[in-house]
Amino acid sequence: MNHLFRLSAGLLRSGTAGLYRRRPVPEGHVSLVVARLFSSEPENSELGQLIKKDKVVVFIKGTPAQPMCGFSNAVVQILRMHGVDDYASYNVLEDQDLRQGVKNFSNWPTIPQVYFNGEFVGGCDILLQMHQNGDLVEELKKLGIHSALLDANKDEQKK
Amino acid sequence: MSITAESLRNKLTAEMGAVHVEVEDTTTDHCSTSFKVLIVCPQFEGKPLLQRHRMVNTCLAEELKEIHAFEQKTLTPEQWEKQKAD
Repeated sequence: MNHLFRLSAGLLRSGTAGLYRRRPVPEGHVSLVVARLFSSEPENSELGQLIKKDKVVVFIKGTPAQPMCGFSNAVVQILRMHGVDDYASYNVLEDQDLRQGVKNFSNWPTIPQVYFNGEFVGGCDILLQMHQNGDLVEELKKLGIHSALLDANKDEQKK
Repeated sequence: MSITAESLRNKLTAEMGAVHVEVEDTTTDHCSTSFKVLIVCPQFEGKPLLQRHRMVNTCLAEELKEIHAFEQKTLTPEQWEKQKAD
């Protein structure tokens, strides 16, 4: 089924090529500037595509290199601690439609928002609690991501 | 609508049957209306974190439109007792 999604995503992307501008950002993350208003269209399909494109997708204020909010920064730091640095990050401060659109899409009132494999995980509180109780390591494993903290623990046990 | 720690606490207690609610107004930390809440509620039993938070979001849907930043900790009475004991 997945290859069908990828195919259709590719077709959609080529069809709406003029509406998206991709600007590669130095730290390796792509920030998507959406030129079309979310409210007029089935934003679900656009946002729906966005959150499925990468295993880990976050909507934050600012960028991973420069978060503009304490909660967004917490999300970035937690991911960094687990050695997750290959993820998609979208700056809602760049685009008010994205900012509201993602809140409507997830039915969640605040930013930051974290998605794993296209599924909404929660905000900063939830990610922090998952980090503290060990759930985050498990969830990352399900995504095929080996948390850096697992290696850190192994090193500790060797001593 | 004037949102205060008190009004949030009352609403959470009344509408969710919370047994313990703590609301902290963290507005000064964030330069705009912000709150941090701790809610202990038997209805959280058996529910994953996301579902618990969504319950609270639904309860405070009106207020959240005005609130800029919102932190929440959702515990069952059992978890709350355990936390107090630690």
